[in-house]
Formats: sequence, structure tokens, C-alpha cells
Amino acid sequence: MELLFFLLFAGLAIAGAVATVWMRYVVHSAFALMGTFLGVAGLYVLLGADFLAITQILIYVGGILVLILFGIMLTPPDRTERNAKRVIGFSASLVAIALFLAVQIGSVVRWAEKSNLEAPKATAAPIGRELLRPDGYLIPFELVSVVLLVALIGSVFIARRRKAVRVDDSSTAAILAERGTLQQKAGA
Amino acid sequence: MSFFGAPVFFLAAALFALGIYGFMTRRNLIVVLMSIELMLNAANLTFLAAARGTAQANEASSYAVFVILVAAAEVAVGLALVLAVFRLKRDSDIDAARDLRG
Repeated sequence: MELLFFLLFAGLAIAGAVATVWMRYVVHSAFALMGTFLGVAGLYVLLGADFLAITQILIYVGGILVLILFGIMLTPPDRTERNAKRVIGFSASLVAIALFLAVQIGSVVRWAEKSNLEAPKATAAPIGRELLRPDGYLIPFELVSVVLLVALIGSVFIARRRKAVRVDDSSTAAILAERGTLQQKAGA
Repeated sequence: MSFFGAPVFFLAAALFALGIYGFMTRRNLIVVLMSIELMLNAANLTFLAAARGTAQANEASSYAVFVILVAAAEVAVGLALVLAVFRLKRDSDIDAARDLRG
């Protein structure tokens, strides 16, 4: 039964990833990516990390994917998509697989001793206690909220529509000069 | 339960390799961002699979939560950059972001 679910989720994740990389249209890629996220969430459940599975669905599917879809809506369909650098891509993928396998072989002894696992327990409460314990992860937990706030403000700042100033505009110099005088007045 | 060891590692390796492949071959900036998400997912999956059954399994989950949160921040800033590039160049191709200023 567990093997069946493992195969189901693994297939979903791999098929979604393949489709994400190979689909011609960006929207199709985004929806294929949803399959990968859901498959990985299922694998998290099988690995006994139920809290992380819910977090994965909430943040990836509910947040990041919606954000990506907004990004797709705000940029035009890309008809000139070329698949360049295929050789580099393939070789980089092979290197990645080799690295992962090296890690795997390096830790093969560790899996052997984990063959008798007890049934997984609910992990939300221990993780919450761990995150909010002062000598646990309380400071990183609070810092990450600052990081998120900074990212939020930064992305709004980067993506906001700038008024009037165009880089190739011949009046840019005049605008900048005017700003300079205004700032001088404000300073004085 | 033996399939939680090697198969998950193989799966994560495949996910990561697909992410790298998309990152290298696709030209659309948004697909490049999606490939990065694939790689982050693969890394998280490896991490959890390695921590499975050890005493630190819950700590691994907290670390993975941090990775997910950083991924969220990254994709927000990344998409804002894509929008800024598109607004400047009228193009979401990765080569549009070739030069640094203007």
C-alpha cells in the first residue's frame, strides 16, 4: 500500500518536473509544476513530515505558484522560445546526478541502520515548540519574518511603475537636474 | 519501508537534474525561476529523506520550513525583477537581461 502511494507520488513529481521543463508554453509549465509540488508534498507525508507537507501545499501551491501565474499574466506569451545550450544542460544534469549519487553512496551506511522505523507521529506540535523555543530556532524564526518583509518591500520597489523617467529619454538629464535643485532647496 | 532510502534519493537527484536542465536550456525568465523551485524542492526532499528515522527528524522539518520561506522570498523578488526587465526591454527572454544598466 505504501509502495503504491510512493510510486504514485514519485510519478506525479517526476512527470510534473519533466513537463515543467519541456512544455512549450509557460502556463503549461506552471500547471505542471503544481503536479511536482503536490507529488513532493505526498512524499513528505510518506517520509513522516506531515507539517512540512501542509506547509509545502500552502506556500508552494497556494503562494508561489499563484505568484508565478501572476508573473505570467503580466508578461506576454513568448513565441520565440528557443532551446539553446542543450549540451550544457545535459552535462550539468549528469553532473548533478553524479553529485547526488556520491552523497547517496557516502551515506549508504546510515540508511542501513534505519531499517526498523516506528510508525510516524504527528510532527506539528514538536516543530512548533522547536521553532518558538528561545534556545531553539526562535531567533532564525523571527529573522525570517524580517527577511520576508524586506523581500516584500524590495519586490514592490523593484516592480513598481516608475513615473516619466525613461532611460533613453532625452529629458532625463533635465529631470535629474530639476530634482537636484529641488533637493538643494529642501536642504536649505 | 526500504524504499524510503535509495528511491527517494534517486527521485530527488532526478528532480534536481531536471531543474538544472530547465535552468540551462529554457530562455524564458519565469521558467528559469520555476526550475530553481524544482531544485529547491529536490534539496528539501533529500534533506528530509536523510533525516528520516533519526532523532533530528523534526529539526530537519524546521530547516526545510526555512528553506521554503526563503524560496518564497526569492520567487517574489525574482518575479519583480522579471517584471522590471520586461518593462525595460519589452521581453521576458533571459538574454534581455544581458546588460546591467538600461
